[in-house]
Amino acid sequence: MTISADLALAWPELILAVGALTLLVIGAFAPKQTALVGSGSVVVLLAAALASATQPFGVAFGGGLISDAAATFAKVAIYLASAVAIPLGQSWFARRGVKAFEFPVLILLASLGMGMMVGSGDLISLYMGVELQSLALYVLAAMHRDNAKASEAGLKYFVLGALSSGLLLYGASLIYGFAGSTLYSEISLSAGAEGNTGLLFGLVFLICGIAFKVSAAPFHMWTPDVYEGAPTPVVAFFAAAPKLAAMVLFARVLGDGFAAAADQWQQILVVIAMASVAVGAFAGLVQSNIKRLWAYSSIANVGYAVLGLSSGTAEGVQAMLMFMVLYMIDVTGFFACLAALSRGGRSMETLDDMAGLIKERPAIALAMTVFALSALGLPPFSGFFGKYYVFKAALDAGLWGPAVFGLLGSVVAAFYYLRLIKAMWFDASPGTTDKPPVEANAIALVAAIFTFPVVIIALRGLDVLAERAAHVFGLV
Amino acid sequence: MMTIGLAHYLSVAAILFTIGVFGIFVNRKNIIVILMSVELMLLAVNINLVAFSAYLGNVTGQIFAMFVLTVAAAEAAVGLAILVTFFRNRGDIAVDDASVMKG
Repeated sequence: MTISADLALAWPELILAVGALTLLVIGAFAPKQTALVGSGSVVVLLAAALASATQPFGVAFGGGLISDAAATFAKVAIYLASAVAIPLGQSWFARRGVKAFEFPVLILLASLGMGMMVGSGDLISLYMGVELQSLALYVLAAMHRDNAKASEAGLKYFVLGALSSGLLLYGASLIYGFAGSTLYSEISLSAGAEGNTGLLFGLVFLICGIAFKVSAAPFHMWTPDVYEGAPTPVVAFFAAAPKLAAMVLFARVLGDGFAAAADQWQQILVVIAMASVAVGAFAGLVQSNIKRLWAYSSIANVGYAVLGLSSGTAEGVQAMLMFMVLYMIDVTGFFACLAALSRGGRSMETLDDMAGLIKERPAIALAMTVFALSALGLPPFSGFFGKYYVFKAALDAGLWGPAVFGLLGSVVAAFYYLRLIKAMWFDASPGTTDKPPVEANAIALVAAIFTFPVVIIALRGLDVLAERAAHVFGLV
Repeated sequence: MMTIGLAHYLSVAAILFTIGVFGIFVNRKNIIVILMSVELMLLAVNINLVAFSAYLGNVTGQIFAMFVLTVAAAEAAVGLAILVTFFRNRGDIAVDDASVMKG
């Protein structure tokens, strides 16, 4: 293959890389142009999403980069979710007097890393993608420099993220050594052989590393602190696109590289899924900070996505993709609501702050109710359909026990979602809230309308796309 | 005379990696020590990669090691930058101080 044919498959990545560097130079030499850099970044992300939607399929750079239905599906979702985070974050930072043109540029770099993750065909490109994404996310978490909580969140995220990268990398080195190659296609040939314990040992480390990145229990301890400390729009970004990217990466490594060892990794994933659901449901019960509460909710929801994947079938991967995309929209909308709310210039982050919100800000309170019910999995909201796919895939794969456990977990978690709704609808309001900004309002409204009723129509298209994407991995 | 083979290199790397992980969890004093432990983990991985590369007669491992070194440098830069903002807010970099948030 010639270099131009290789580059033709890397258009979205090229657009993002060149766009990010150009905007960085513009930002550095014209520091007043924060708005220009922001809108430029949104344009770059939309162009990258368009490029990935129209891209030809194939394998480039000696197997390092794969362009297929799954990569396209994930990339479009990731780039669009990242584009939403930019206007949300810029106005939030502007209201707090932080003028940082780096914010959109970092989002672009993180999206570039996520695009590389979902399109990786090789352990080296996997590692480079994961690190590019993580390094940008560490800085984003600490973006609000003068805030003690934000810098603590950034530091904790960095330390535990670096540890997880180390685990992932140690696993990758063992897999390379015992399989003799870093290409997933070559690894899959060795994975089927009997008695290759070294390879399985490496796989366990790799799974631990990726489980850290998706914040699945027992590797979740960074999540609540980072969600609480990091700026709200940054959390809106964290909770959506990077999780989808890491889950697709999970499916790609396990499906393309280790389909022959499915019996072994299924057991690990079932344990991770059940632990995440349990931690998310029970630890969430005692939280009073809403960002922290939603961190536990995200741990539980990642548990459901891992449960879908653990069924080890193409149907399971499809369920995971559907679940993650629906969850992404739900969680972005929820954090957009939180970013919109403030009282006397102070962010509203606790359950007590939410008391009586329905009288103060009926639209936002209604949207938050919709998102909470959707995260709880109540029909007819989008979260119900995501969970439906996951449980169906798990039951079809014979995972009765874990599926029942997951259902019980969402019953327990219902308590904290309903408590938030009760506070908003029935408690007495402590005072007036500030006027919410236009763009956060708009994002929340669009996400709420998607959650119900647009989802009913969108589900058909999503179902076909996710099914096509799920069948590219080596799972049947 | 004992020859040094693949198993020896892997053992050294495993020991270094374990020391690195313990350095993160057991260390209760200073965040700089944590950064050093992270570096130790990555270097242990590099020993693994280069040993496997020599053993397999396959250059991919060495290329991977180069990438790891580059990323380790970037990671240290980002880590220290975050540490500086943390220090400005707190005036201290002891591990025990990083606990405004709990639960």
